Amino acid sequence: MEKYAVEGTPKTPSIKFDLANGVLEIKGRSIPENSIEFYKPLVDALDKYAVATKPATTVNVQLEYFNTSSSKCILDVFKKLESINKSGSAVTINWHYEEDDEDMLEAGEDYQAIINVPFKMTMVNE
Amino acid sequence: MDIFDIYDKMERNNILLSFKGEVTSDLLTSILQIMENKMEDMQEDVKTRKKVYNVLVECLQNLYHHMDEISETEDEKVRSAIFTIGKMDDKYTIITGNYIGNENIQGLKKRIDDVNALTKDELKDYYKRILNNGEMSLKGGGGLGMIDIARKTGEKLEYNFLEIDKKVSFFTLNIKISNQN
Repeated sequence: MEKYAVEGTPKTPSIKFDLANGVLEIKGRSIPENSIEFYKPLVDALDKYAVATKPATTVNVQLEYFNTSSSKCILDVFKKLESINKSGSAVTINWHYEEDDEDMLEAGEDYQAIINVPFKMTMVNE
Repeated sequence: MDIFDIYDKMERNNILLSFKGEVTSDLLTSILQIMENKMEDMQEDVKTRKKVYNVLVECLQNLYHHMDEISETEDEKVRSAIFTIGKMDDKYTIITGNYIGNENIQGLKKRIDDVNALTKDELKDYYKRILNNGEMSLKGGGGLGMIDIARKTGEKLEYNFLEIDKKVSFFTLNIKISNQN
């Protein structure tokens, strides 16, 4: 598997995971009722990537909304990245938030406090 | 039934939208879309729009997950819920109501009281702790909803249990969101 990609919907984000280049992008809204089901394929793809990582792994997260049901799944994704980082691929998580969206910035800081991976908080202009 | 009475009550309480019945995933998709459009038409500022949308998602999905836990064999009435979204004096109000088994009241009451007892910073720590250690239910509701609502609104969660009979009560949750500017 070189790539894992899903299109966004009104309730789920678009995901582009380029395993060959170590780049993962999650963008849009993540408010499904059942987020475990939605995030499982991504977690599986990360497991595959974990055995053949690139020297660097870049993760771009740009969410407009996410529900608490997703927050746990996103944490699981970040925990996978934490272990990938530990095993030798330099992981960076770029957490994007819109100008004035303090809740989204705070959510990023919550993850930053839990996950031992470099986070970069990036403001996006609306 | 006096339909004008319902209309009048909704008008006087500035209800933007209300629904009674079974809460499904498709319904929530539509409701969220309608509210998003309404707030845009009302030229609500982006910050308020986002806040209301976020809190609405949590409130309605709480209802959805709660309905999901009630067995299909239960009385249809018990599987039905109500919610209204209103705006009064620059403050959005989301009220939800649903039946709950009397045996579950103590647990829910304690969960809300615990959240209400915390300050802003304590809520942040509590959220992180539950996020990191809390068990996920099968559908992904992780017990974070109430904490998140309290955190985002900065208000106490108002609630009431109305005993209907020996088996069930009607649970009401009243959420207020101030204008963000």
